Amino acid sequence: MIVAQRKNIPELLDIVEKHRKVLLLGCGTCVTVCLAGGQREVSIIASALRMAAKLKGRPLEVEELTIERQCDNVFLEQAAEAIKKADAVLSVGCGAGVQAIAERYSNKPVYAGLNTAFIGILEERGVWTEKCAACGECVLHEYGGICPITRCAKHMLNGPCSGSREDRCEVSPDRPCAWQLIYTRLKEIGQLDRLKELKKPKNWRSSQSGGVRKIVREDHRV
Amino acid sequence: MKPEVFEPGIVAFCCHYCAYSSADLAGVMRIQYPPNVRIIRTPCTGRLETEYFMKALENGADGVLVAGCLEGGCHFVEGNLCAKRRVNYTRDLLEEIGIEKERLRMVNISAAMARPLADTITDMVETIRKLGPNPLRKSELRPVLHSPAKDGTPNSELRNPRPETTAKNENGKKLQAAGSHTAQ
Repeated sequence: MIVAQRKNIPELLDIVEKHRKVLLLGCGTCVTVCLAGGQREVSIIASALRMAAKLKGRPLEVEELTIERQCDNVFLEQAAEAIKKADAVLSVGCGAGVQAIAERYSNKPVYAGLNTAFIGILEERGVWTEKCAACGECVLHEYGGICPITRCAKHMLNGPCSGSREDRCEVSPDRPCAWQLIYTRLKEIGQLDRLKELKKPKNWRSSQSGGVRKIVREDHRV
Repeated sequence: MKPEVFEPGIVAFCCHYCAYSSADLAGVMRIQYPPNVRIIRTPCTGRLETEYFMKALENGADGVLVAGCLEGGCHFVEGNLCAKRRVNYTRDLLEEIGIEKERLRMVNISAAMARPLADTITDMVETIRKLGPNPLRKSELRPVLHSPAKDGTPNSELRNPRPETTAKNENGKKLQAAGSHTAQ
């Protein structure tokens, strides 16, 4: 899922400073699961914004709404009425959600309330870690299901480097060495011989080097 | 009590298994504590969400007290530890907003600790008294602790100091029963 983090309250207040009536729009998918922009967070952030604005003597009305998915026009339609009534939308969805709103409501200012961070998983309660860089050409099958691009600080395809200490990355002692993880994993599944072959440089054309990426499925088009 | 003295209005979320019972015990023991608190019984402090603290303060409470079981003594094992983390998070959030974090406090009280509960409430009231009224109420007072008035008029009870004996609402009765302001 997409993991995001709330911007701090003074920054949010600055972002909406030109507006009196703001719709705080939450998203019920990824950012709900990562506790950044779901219904509960919308309620908390709205309260915080109202309080902070009031303390500064600024008139600010914050409406609250959370829809199932901001990045989908079908769901976004449910927010049409609320968006129409507001001066601006402060979206606490991911970057895709913010842009979906901006594209659909061309005359309405839309701002991002979250910093979209990465594609990751819930490691344990309250801890999320990045797992996928969305590079566009997955190599996970070659590395026992552990991504060297995302999880190795040097993105090494032919690791490890000589910097790891024990099983820790030299960049930060609280970060496990991805190549240690890959080695252990491949050993466990009996595929250590995969490490013997030299991996060729990765083709990064499928990544962001070519600008916006697009996938078209003709069989699903109408 | 002089009318010009600021009387804080404090919302106290008390766990059913400990602090609420200790408030009852304080009543039985005729221990007095300030009538500024409105006790809300919760099944466990772990049930309390950040929104509850935020809404209480947003709606004009001068302080919020969260009273849960002693650490290690939670009826639901670790509800009070969850509450502790949420309270700490909310205190940080209050600082971001520009409100004194001292307005929100968590304490651990067992069901037998009637005196410490009374002392805690007294201390909390004094802390809030020093801080002054909730800064959000300076310009406008929204109803708090009671159901909103239908005509939209602000609730004057909290803004204006009032004698202890005028607490006539349901919570006030509960407070008297639990806190025992006067010998009965």
